[in-house]
Amino acid sequence: MNRRTPWWVELLVHAALLLAVVFALYPVLWVLTLALSPSGTPSPHAIPWPESVSLDNFRAVALQHDAAGRWLFGRQLFNSVFVAVATAVTSVALATPAAYAIARMRFAGDRTGMRVLLATQMFPGVATAVPLYVILDTLKLLDTRAGLVLVYATTALPFAMFQLRGAFEAIPRELEEAAMVDGATRWQAFIKVVLPAARPAIAVTALFAFMSAWNEFILAATFLSHEEAFTLPVALQRYVGEHDADWGRFAAGAIVVSVPVMAVFYAVQRHLVGGLTAGSVKG
Amino acid sequence: MTGRLCRALGLALFLAAPSVSAQHLTLWHAYRGAEQTALDQVLDAWRRAHPTATLDVLAVPFEAYASKLESAIPHDHGPDVFLDAHERLASYRALGLVTPVARAAEPTFSAVAARFDDTAVRALTAAGDLYAFPLSVKCVALFYNPALWTDPAPPATLESIEALRPRLGSETYPLVYESQGAYFHAPLLHAYGGAMLDDAGRYTFVGPAAERSLQRVIAMTRGNIIPDEASGALVAQLFATGHAATAISGPWLAADLGSSVSFRVAPLPALADADGRRMEPYATVEGAFVSSHTRDAAAAIALAESLTEVPAAVVRARVGRQVVATRDAWTADPELARDPVLSVFREAAAHARPMPTHPHMRAVFEPARQAILKALRGDRSPRVALEEGLHRFTDVTRPLPRRRDATLALLLLGMFALGVVLNALRGLRDPVFRRDLRRSLPAYAWVTHAAVTLLLLVVVPLVIGAVTSLYATREGHSYYVGLANYLDILTARGGPLLATGSFYRVLLVTVLWTVANITLHVSIGVALALLLSRPLLRLKALYRVLLIIPWAVPSYVTALAWRGMFHRQFGAVNALLTALGGEPVSWFARFSTAFAANVTTNVWLGFPFMMVVTIGALAGIPKDLYEAAAVDGATAWQQFWKVTVPMLRPAMGPSVAMGAVWTFNQFNVVFLVSGGEPDGETDILVSEAYRWAFTRQAQYGYASAYAVLIFLILLLVTRRRSPEAIP
Repeated sequence: MNRRTPWWVELLVHAALLLAVVFALYPVLWVLTLALSPSGTPSPHAIPWPESVSLDNFRAVALQHDAAGRWLFGRQLFNSVFVAVATAVTSVALATPAAYAIARMRFAGDRTGMRVLLATQMFPGVATAVPLYVILDTLKLLDTRAGLVLVYATTALPFAMFQLRGAFEAIPRELEEAAMVDGATRWQAFIKVVLPAARPAIAVTALFAFMSAWNEFILAATFLSHEEAFTLPVALQRYVGEHDADWGRFAAGAIVVSVPVMAVFYAVQRHLVGGLTAGSVKG
Repeated sequence: MTGRLCRALGLALFLAAPSVSAQHLTLWHAYRGAEQTALDQVLDAWRRAHPTATLDVLAVPFEAYASKLESAIPHDHGPDVFLDAHERLASYRALGLVTPVARAAEPTFSAVAARFDDTAVRALTAAGDLYAFPLSVKCVALFYNPALWTDPAPPATLESIEALRPRLGSETYPLVYESQGAYFHAPLLHAYGGAMLDDAGRYTFVGPAAERSLQRVIAMTRGNIIPDEASGALVAQLFATGHAATAISGPWLAADLGSSVSFRVAPLPALADADGRRMEPYATVEGAFVSSHTRDAAAAIALAESLTEVPAAVVRARVGRQVVATRDAWTADPELARDPVLSVFREAAAHARPMPTHPHMRAVFEPARQAILKALRGDRSPRVALEEGLHRFTDVTRPLPRRRDATLALLLLGMFALGVVLNALRGLRDPVFRRDLRRSLPAYAWVTHAAVTLLLLVVVPLVIGAVTSLYATREGHSYYVGLANYLDILTARGGPLLATGSFYRVLLVTVLWTVANITLHVSIGVALALLLSRPLLRLKALYRVLLIIPWAVPSYVTALAWRGMFHRQFGAVNALLTALGGEPVSWFARFSTAFAANVTTNVWLGFPFMMVVTIGALAGIPKDLYEAAAVDGATAWQQFWKVTVPMLRPAMGPSVAMGAVWTFNQFNVVFLVSGGEPDGETDILVSEAYRWAFTRQAQYGYASAYAVLIFLILLLVTRRRSPEAIP
C-alpha cells in the first residue's frame, strides 16, 4: 500500500471527493443564500450566491418579541439549550450504569431486556404520541421543560445503551480487575477506571442524545402550548406554513438552529469514528 | 395614528369593563402577519382595561390548530377563548368542545344577533344558539392591475379576462389563482351549478357540472391563460411584479401587496359560458368561540365579545385588514366604508356561499385537490379523476366497523395474566432460578433506574398504542372493535389489493424505499471511506469535516430545504437543469421523480453515518492481510473483494441493520419533501399511519393498527439476528 500512486489517480481521488463535497455543501449554501437575500421569495438561481447581502432575516428571527414585550427568541433559545443539555446528561446518566451491567454482569432477564429494548426501536412513534400526552398530563409535566427532557431522554436511552454496552465490552476486563485487586469496589472501579476509558463513546452518545432533543419538533409541538415554552424547532416550523411560506426567515432560523449542533459536532468529531465503532469492532 | 386609535379603544373598553376580581384567561388563535398585529393591539387594550386579570395568548400554527384544540380542551389544557372558522362548528359541537355564547332562550339574544351581519350570524348558529361572536367574513374576490386591465369598469366576465391573452407578453398571464386547490376551484364549480358537498354530507364533486368546470380549467391552462400549478406564493409574486393582469385571492393578498403594485378589487366575474352565472366563492366566517371547559364562562364570554366591540372591530379592520362582521364598525368609521378593498370584500361576502358545516367538509379538500391535479396534469380524463376523488373520499369517511363485545378479549387477557403470574410463582419456587435471582440482585442495582423509566415512558405508551388498535376512534369517540381494523387494512378496505393507498402497495413502496436508500448509503459511504482511508491523501481532515456536515444539520431543516430546492419555479434543481439546457421538471407530479427527490434527500442525510462507520471498520482491518495478499500477487481490485469486503461485512452488519430499521420508519423526509405526492403514491407505511391519525379525522385506532403491523414486519425480518449482533 505504500508504493507511490500515479498523479492521475491522485487527481481522480480528489475529483471524486470534491464532487461529494459539492453535493454535501450545496443545500447548505442554498439555505445560507436564502437567509442572506433581502426578499422573502427564493429566486431560481443555480449558483447559490446572494445578489445583495442583508441581515434582515436574521434580525427578524433573533429580535422576535411577544405581545407583552418579552424577548421570545431568547427564551426559546434558552429552552432549546436547556432541554438538549439536560437530555444528554440524563440519558447518559441513566444509560452508563445499565449498559455497564449488561456488558459485564450476567443476570436473570438480561437477554429478554435487550430484546425488548431492540423491539422498542421498531415501533413507530406515531402511535405513542397520544399515550405519552396522557401520561405527561397525569404526571403534571405537560407544557414543562422537565416533561420534555424526560420523554427525550427515555427515547434516546435504548440507542445510548446499545452504544455504551459495545464501548464497555471493548474495554479489557483486566483494567477493572486490577483496580479491584487493589481494593477498589466495583463502583469505584467503574468510576475511576471504566468511565475514563470509555470517554470517546460517552461523548458520542451524549452528542446523539443532544442532537435528537435539539432537532425534535413533533412531540414538542404536541406537548407545549405556551409560546415562551416552545423550543426553537417548533418556532421555526411556523415560518413555513401551508399558506404563506416565509423562506427567508425560515432559512435564517434554520441556520441559527443548525450552527450550535454543527459546533458541538465539530468538537466531538475526532471521537466519532472510535466512539461509534467501538461496539461493533471488538478489539 | 394607530396609537391614538388604541388609546381610544383602551378607554372605551375600560369604561365598558365590569369590575371583576382577578381572572386568568387564555386565548388561542392561528393568525399571522397583519391580523396578528391587529389582534395583539386589541388584546393589549383589553389588558390595560383589566389590570387585575391575566391573559395568555398563544399563536398556534394553522396546520396543528384543530388537532391541538381537540386534544387539549378535553384534558383541561385548552384555551378559554379561541378564534376559528365556522366550518369547524359541527365537529366541535359533536366533541363537546364549545359552549353557546348566546342562547336563543335568552331575552338579549336578538339584540346580540342584530349587532352582526346576517350571513355571519347564520354561519355560527347551531340549534338556534349562537356559538361564537362573529369576527370577520373571508372570501375571495378579483384583484386587477389597472395598468394591464385598462377598461375603467372591472372585468365582468371570465371570457373578457381570457380575451387579454393576445395583448399580453408570454411572460404575463391574464389570470392567476391556485387552480389546483379545491377552495379556489369552488367558485367555478358553483357557477356551473355544481357543489363540493351536499347538506347531508355526501361528496358531490362528480358528474357533468364538475367535469365542465375541470375542462374549463384545463382549457385555461393549455391556452396559457393561467400558470401551471400556482402556489399562494407564486400568485402573490406574479401579481406583485406585474406579471398577472388579474388574480383571484382573499384580503390577505392585499396585505401582502402593500404598495408594491397598484391594484383594484372587484367581486368575482360571471361566466358567459354558464348562462352568465357569477362565480360564487365560499365564505368563511371567523368567530370567537368559548371552550366548554373554561373555568369562568362569564369572563370568557365577555372577553370573546369584547373583540367584536366597535373600537376593537375598527382596529381589526384597519390594521388587520379584516372584513369585520360588526355592523356598527362600518358606520362608526366612515373611512372603512370608503375603503376600496374592504368595502368590495364586504360586498363580495354578502353574495358568497357559506362553507358547508358538515364534518365531512374537512375530508373533501384533499380528494378534490388530487382530482383537479390529475386532470390538470393530463394523467386522467376529468371523469376518471373525479371518480377516483369520490373513491378516496368514501374510503376516508367509510362507516366505522361495528362495536364488538370485549368480554372474550378481557377473559383471554385475564387468563393470560393468570398464567404469567402462576408461571412466575412456580419459577420462584424453583431453587435454580432462586439462586440465579439472588446472584442477579447486585446487577439490578445498576439497571433498575433505566428499566423503570423505560417501562414508564417507552414500553407503557407502546402497549397503550398497540391496544388502541383494537378500538375504532374517530373525532373523539372510541369503542372496542376487536381485530376489525386489521381486517380492514389487510383486505385493502375491500378494494383491489394493489390500488393506490392500499396496505400492500404502500408496503411495496416502503420496501423499495428502504432498499434504494440502504444500497446508496452503503455504496457511497464505503466509496468515500475507502478514498479517505488512503494513507497519503492530502487535506484528509478537511474533507472529512466537510463531508459529515449533512449529518449535523437537523433532518427537518434538510427536508424542508430540499423541498424548496425541488420547487418547480424557484427550485435550485430546476435552475441547474435549465442552466445545463434541460427542461424544468415538475418533481412531485409523478411517482418516479417524486420518489427520486425523496431518495436524494435521504441519501444526503444518511451517507455520512455510513462513511464514518466504514472508516472505523476499515481501521480495524489488520494491515498484514493486505501485505500477504500483495505478496500473493493480488491486484487492488482482488484485494478489495477478497480482503476488504469480507472483513467489513461483520463489522458493518449491525449498523446496516439499524440503518434499515430507521429508513423503514423515516417519517420526516417523506412527509416533508414529497408529502406523499402524487396522490399518496410516495407515502411509506409510517407517513400513511400518520395521515390516518392526524389528517383523516383522527382515526387513531386505525393508525395504531398500521403501527403494530410495521412493528410486526420489522420484528419478523430482524428476528434471526441475535441481540448481540446489534450495536
